[in-house]
Amino acid sequence: MSDPMDFLLLTKGPLFNLAVTVFALGMAARILEILVNGRRPNYSEARGGQWLPGLRTVLTRSVADPGTFKRAPFNVVVGWLWHLGFIVTLLFFIPHIALIKSLLGLSWPGLPNPVVDLVTAVTLVALVATLVHRRTHRVKRRISTPEDYLVWTLVFLLVLSGYLAYNRIINPYPLALGLHILCAEVFLIVLPFTKLTHIFTVFIARWYNGASFGRRGVES
Amino acid sequence: MRVFEKNPLEKGLAERLREHGVSRRGFLKFCAATASMMALPPAMIPAIAAALERARRPSVIWLSFQECTGCTESLTRSHAPTVEDLILDLISLDYHHTLQAAAGEAAEAAREQAMRDNHGQYLLIVDGSLPGPDANPGYSTIAGVSNYSMLMEAVEGAAAVIAVGTCAAFGGLPAAAPNPTGAVSVMDLVKDKPVVNVSGCPPVPMVITGVLAHFLTFGRLPELDEYHRPLAFFGQSIHDRCYRRPFYDKGLFAETFDDAGARAGWCLYRLGCKGPSTYNACATMRWNAGTSWPIEAGHPCLGCAEPRFWDAGGFYVPLSVPTGPASDYLLAAGAVGAVAGAVVATKARGRAKEEAAVRQPVTVEELEQKL
Amino acid sequence: MSATMSGLPSIPVQVETPAGGGACHGNALAILHEVRHALERLISTGEATRIDLHALPFGAGDEAWLTALLGTGEVRATIEALGPTSVQETAIPGVWLVDYHNAEGQRLALHLEITCIPGILRTQCRELDTAVATLDTRLGAATPGGSRPLS
Repeated sequence: MSDPMDFLLLTKGPLFNLAVTVFALGMAARILEILVNGRRPNYSEARGGQWLPGLRTVLTRSVADPGTFKRAPFNVVVGWLWHLGFIVTLLFFIPHIALIKSLLGLSWPGLPNPVVDLVTAVTLVALVATLVHRRTHRVKRRISTPEDYLVWTLVFLLVLSGYLAYNRIINPYPLALGLHILCAEVFLIVLPFTKLTHIFTVFIARWYNGASFGRRGVES
Repeated sequence: MRVFEKNPLEKGLAERLREHGVSRRGFLKFCAATASMMALPPAMIPAIAAALERARRPSVIWLSFQECTGCTESLTRSHAPTVEDLILDLISLDYHHTLQAAAGEAAEAAREQAMRDNHGQYLLIVDGSLPGPDANPGYSTIAGVSNYSMLMEAVEGAAAVIAVGTCAAFGGLPAAAPNPTGAVSVMDLVKDKPVVNVSGCPPVPMVITGVLAHFLTFGRLPELDEYHRPLAFFGQSIHDRCYRRPFYDKGLFAETFDDAGARAGWCLYRLGCKGPSTYNACATMRWNAGTSWPIEAGHPCLGCAEPRFWDAGGFYVPLSVPTGPASDYLLAAGAVGAVAGAVVATKARGRAKEEAAVRQPVTVEELEQKL
Repeated sequence: MSATMSGLPSIPVQVETPAGGGACHGNALAILHEVRHALERLISTGEATRIDLHALPFGAGDEAWLTALLGTGEVRATIEALGPTSVQETAIPGVWLVDYHNAEGQRLALHLEITCIPGILRTQCRELDTAVATLDTRLGAATPGGSRPLS
């Protein structure tokens, strides 16, 4: 019998195990590869330390300098908005916290549901705005690859399905929840093999940059 | 017991009640209670009264298969209008092996008689799942007849089939993995007759009588959802009708069964409440003559009205938590991935070192000579 | 048996009663707005409304809160038919509480009626056909000039 409850149990059971396995395998392999490979040996004489400049770049690259802001205010504001929204929704929605606790044993206080709901709505609008901007901006349109659109679609569907499930717009609920979990699973499976990897590598990359600046004695 | 009494079938209900000394006000009150029981809005009361005036007394055959009698226990606790005085008086319960006085061959004869006399007219109620046609029929028999043959024989002359309880509706506990008796639901076997599922383990008593009342009142079955459940009772989730919903919305959750939140009556989501994915009428009809219901008593909803609730993971595990050992997979796959990544990277480094060792420096002069 | 003998005080069960009497979960508030709309309908078109309070997701205390807020009006009546039914006008004119019980005292339904008079209080027109006959019987049985009327 194929019905919404069977579908939900499939997504909560075998499919979730599969997704988590592919994700953990892929992500651990990639991160270890990056860390063990390290960087090309630099034979020049070091002109400064690496750790502090590395950390400083992690910070400075996250906060846009005034020049960047002036040139591309939309990218900075909307980019920040939906990234923050995504993180808040992912980490501070109570059912998500319950899920993370069951996986990692870690738990923290959540936010009231209406707050998360509002943040999710803002995130959805911001995501749509990024797509419109990508399609209408001459340069962005040229440099966009199919992978960019794939990643946007996955993120958007993940947030949208969660919003629909929470607000119970799709019925019955087991179908809505199952769809949301399925989106999350596709997201997890694709994550290690697309630019979504930046969720885990962004700060490593920024630190490497900063560390390299520090060694060369330039401002990080 | 008047349950098995034969009454003339031709008189309408209003007339029968009047003969019993029930006044018009009593009849209207009965209609108000019936509307409440059928979960219909009070605006429907005049229509119910008009329909009940003409209502006939249907014959009902109740078959119990692989069940625990909890559904019958629940039915007999239906309070409004009292089951003995009204509902069972209004239907002719011709066979129910737990409630009837007759036993053995006499009981089976009563069933066969009712099936003959009311062929094509009677309501067939089933509680309990049954071993499917491919399973060993010996797992459950009545008077030496397998459940499967008895059901199929009784279905043949039935106007409609009402599957009472999650076992009859969806397989229930007998169908729990690894399903040793090959238990299936009524819906799995009956394809050519209307099937109504009144799920719940057990169903709310008023919901059982409500569905009967609907058939009695309007002479047809109520509107159903995709699981063949009456929408009037199963149209909304427990979560949507829960009086604790405001706490869910405010983010106030009980974390254990005895913390300050639990005592203040906060939302039970984190204690495993399946209210969001469960569709039933508990939140409004309540149990024990409208006294209370599980969540009001401080216990999370188990989701007993939904298919597969018996195999859907722990009762006290939040709905968002996966049912399998996902953290084991996460850990194992992470470890394997880390080793694989490290091995690949180390090999690459080794190759780079080897190549560096055999590297032959080239000067600009040498290059220019070659070109 | 006294509480000390049964050892009840040694059981560490704590029952908390929320401050300010009954615990209201706020679920009754929406009903009051519905009542308001029903009153407006009654005034403008004369259309009566019935609300089944048993079909609503009330928590413990919500119903008490609602009835306390609606208050008690001038009329209270009891009908004996298939068990007692009590009809109570609230302090809001036109808003009635009709509480249906069966003979065993269990509640069958609890309705809020927004109307000038609940239908169940009226004489039922269907029964008027027996009215004259009943009166005639009683007239026939009465002794002319007798001091004790039939009860």
